[in-house]
Amino acid sequence: MFDATILFPSVLNGLTTGAVYALVALGLTLIYGVLHIINFAHGASLMVALYAVYWLKSRFGLDPYLALPLVVPAMFALGYALQRFIVNRASHGKDENILLVTLGLAIVMENLALLVFKSDTRTIDTPYTLATVAIGPAMIAVPKLLAFAGALAAAAALLLVVGRTDLGRAIRAVAKEKQGARLVGIDVDHVYAMSFGLGLACLGAAACFLLPAYYVNPQVGSGFVLIAFTIVVLGGMGSFAGALLGGLLIGVVESLGGLMLGESLGQVGIFAIFIAVLLLRPQGLFGARV
Amino acid sequence: MRADLLSIAAFALAVAAVPLLTASGVVLTFLMMTLYAALLAAAWNVLGGYGGQFSFGHALFFGTGAYVQAIAQLQGGLNPWLALVLACASAGAVGVFVGALSFRYGLKGSYFALVTLAFAEVFRIVALSVPFTGAGVGLMLPLAPGAANFQFADRAGFVWTMLGFVVAALLVTSWLRHSRFGAQLQAVRDNEDAARAVGVSPLRVKLGAIALSSVPTGAAGAFYLQVFQYIDPAIAYGPAVSVEALVAAIVGGLGTLWGPVLGAALLHALAEATRNLFGSLPGLNMVIYGSVLVLVVMFAPRGVFGAGESLRDAWRRR
Amino acid sequence: MNAPPAAPLLDASQVSVAFGGLKAVDDASLALRAGVLGALIGPNGAGKTTFFAAVSGFVRPQSGRVLFDGTDVTGWPAERIARAGMARTFQIVQPFAAQTVRENIAVGAHLHEPRRAAALAAAERVAARVGLAQQLDKRASDLTVAGRKRLELARALATRPRLLLLDEVLAGLNPQEVAQMIPVIRGIRDSGVTVLMIEHVMQAVMNLADEVWVLAQGRLIAHGTPAEVTRDARVVEAYLGHGAAARLQRAA
Repeated sequence: MFDATILFPSVLNGLTTGAVYALVALGLTLIYGVLHIINFAHGASLMVALYAVYWLKSRFGLDPYLALPLVVPAMFALGYALQRFIVNRASHGKDENILLVTLGLAIVMENLALLVFKSDTRTIDTPYTLATVAIGPAMIAVPKLLAFAGALAAAAALLLVVGRTDLGRAIRAVAKEKQGARLVGIDVDHVYAMSFGLGLACLGAAACFLLPAYYVNPQVGSGFVLIAFTIVVLGGMGSFAGALLGGLLIGVVESLGGLMLGESLGQVGIFAIFIAVLLLRPQGLFGARV
Repeated sequence: MRADLLSIAAFALAVAAVPLLTASGVVLTFLMMTLYAALLAAAWNVLGGYGGQFSFGHALFFGTGAYVQAIAQLQGGLNPWLALVLACASAGAVGVFVGALSFRYGLKGSYFALVTLAFAEVFRIVALSVPFTGAGVGLMLPLAPGAANFQFADRAGFVWTMLGFVVAALLVTSWLRHSRFGAQLQAVRDNEDAARAVGVSPLRVKLGAIALSSVPTGAAGAFYLQVFQYIDPAIAYGPAVSVEALVAAIVGGLGTLWGPVLGAALLHALAEATRNLFGSLPGLNMVIYGSVLVLVVMFAPRGVFGAGESLRDAWRRR
Repeated sequence: MNAPPAAPLLDASQVSVAFGGLKAVDDASLALRAGVLGALIGPNGAGKTTFFAAVSGFVRPQSGRVLFDGTDVTGWPAERIARAGMARTFQIVQPFAAQTVRENIAVGAHLHEPRRAAALAAAERVAARVGLAQQLDKRASDLTVAGRKRLELARALATRPRLLLLDEVLAGLNPQEVAQMIPVIRGIRDSGVTVLMIEHVMQAVMNLADEVWVLAQGRLIAHGTPAEVTRDARVVEAYLGHGAAARLQRAA
């Protein structure tokens, strides 16, 4: 029924979306891996970043790719501040408080966006929005291709930071053994905030790559949150490789699912996977035993 | 136990008297919606406050109650009061189903919250796509005023009905505070291994809690349909109801008898005041709810009532 | 005429528990007759708590069999074993922190008491037995270490167990508190409850135990009366190191 000329482009499209999903999931993985918290505000933060990119384009005409050096640091700063001044203060040592406070932040961000930007879905126009490139029998939109490349580059940059820099070493130390890290003089609060900041910086990058081929409205956050969680859980909480591969896989599943079941029911497929993974293999494909 | 029952009786009498004392639509609507929020919060409190399992997708039970209430009448021709029973039972069945899946596999904390969120989203998408829920258009209940039709011409009937539900929820909560089941549930909440070591089955107890929590939430959904005569996937399974239920319960004080009622009243009053000051802006309510949640968790995690109880205990121990 | 020896109340045979590649308990067998107060001793990390966890259903043994009063309870969930009459305390105390002493113990009492008032009354009686009568309304988190240990004991006792597994219930207590606890534990045994205790406090072991088992590196290396076991060279070596028994001999 479905031959290669239909499946192939669907898979390719899925991979390009999946790369961006992977970048989103990497940020979430970093936050979970270090702080051991589930950041319910991750999707809403992506939405904030998307609006930032949108605003820079519509107000100043700044091309989204050129906005990277502005949006990424801004999101980093937002993440740092949120963790240091709100999430940290709210935890009182209990995980459930962090759950609630990140949920609260998500609600505030989403609805502030609703207040300010209204619920209209917005897109941007760039000279290359409609350009396509032929790969085999498939015509792939240029923005999507750029998104694929950009997301992978950003992921590589993140992995470099975590693997090779001093900050990265401190992050990995705190992730493994918080008390021990404190004993050797690492400022754990600072590392927490840096990790949160890096996680949101990933979202800043993802937003710049995403908007040209996508859209923004106040609700996009919630859609991304569950997809990001699905990827993180599927890939194995705390595994970067898992988040990367999981993201690509989910992208393809969503694309193929949408092809076969229609857009909205295709999403159900993702949630079904999510629920199944949580129930049957909560450590995911790559994670350690939960 | 007696103190609980006395306070519930006093509350019931005081609220029941209000429609007899005033015919003001504004007051009665405010009272009705506050009671509705109190029911959502009290129901959430059973699973979240006493059971320690935080559900972020309670809309799942709300929406199911609302849709079953609508479909039973529209397609089944059932009397609305009978439909109510079916709606509550359906919500309870969904609750037990989700609970059985989640708790049997040992999901707790963030994972449980995520799963409830996922289920609510799945139901929302399905409701959006399937014809017998009216898909995106939703379902509308034809106007047929009359007590027998669970559609009251004036708000008084709705106030008394909702008061009945709230009192029932409060009685269930009071029972949790003075029964073996409640003691076992709170034990599992406080330390699951220690509870198992004295013979308590976490699965059974959590399933009981989610059933006791989902049924009243389904009733709230059915009630919503009867008052507003309309339901669609966004209202039924969207995040607004889930958020309202948990924020009110937390603000008021988890694991207390009056916390949810207090929290619901406070939040609703806050929402009304904001509406009067700034008008009905979309999203404003939720910004307030979200901010209140963040502030309460940061500065008063035991909620208003919980903080009050701490003070009272400290006074007693002096 | 002597009565034939009773079948053991607890009969664990060849129990092994492994975590990943590490064998925490290696082919350990222990048979405890009803009415006996037994002690399980051994150096730190020997696998004693893991053995308790396996016997009481908190951990599934990789191999071996646990018979409780003749019934095979291997692999049963912990709550089911507790309902069958085996209660345990935890090495790191696990109170219901925000609840009062009375409420804590009542949860245990509820195993047999469906009614709240009866359970609370039973809790008060058990509290009196362990010396917590003055602290019934205190929050568990406000108790001292000694108080929490007693609470742990009381809660398990309230389930009216036939077998009570005590995991280092004397750890962290000063000599006076230990001296106060010993008669309490003896009283429990005298009331008909079979007790198996993990203990490092040798004074208590010598004082209380009828039978002692020694676990070292997951394996059972000795079994006998307290006097027999403490004279056993292998036991000395397990605690003090290889060759220690011989050195002690030469020094004597």
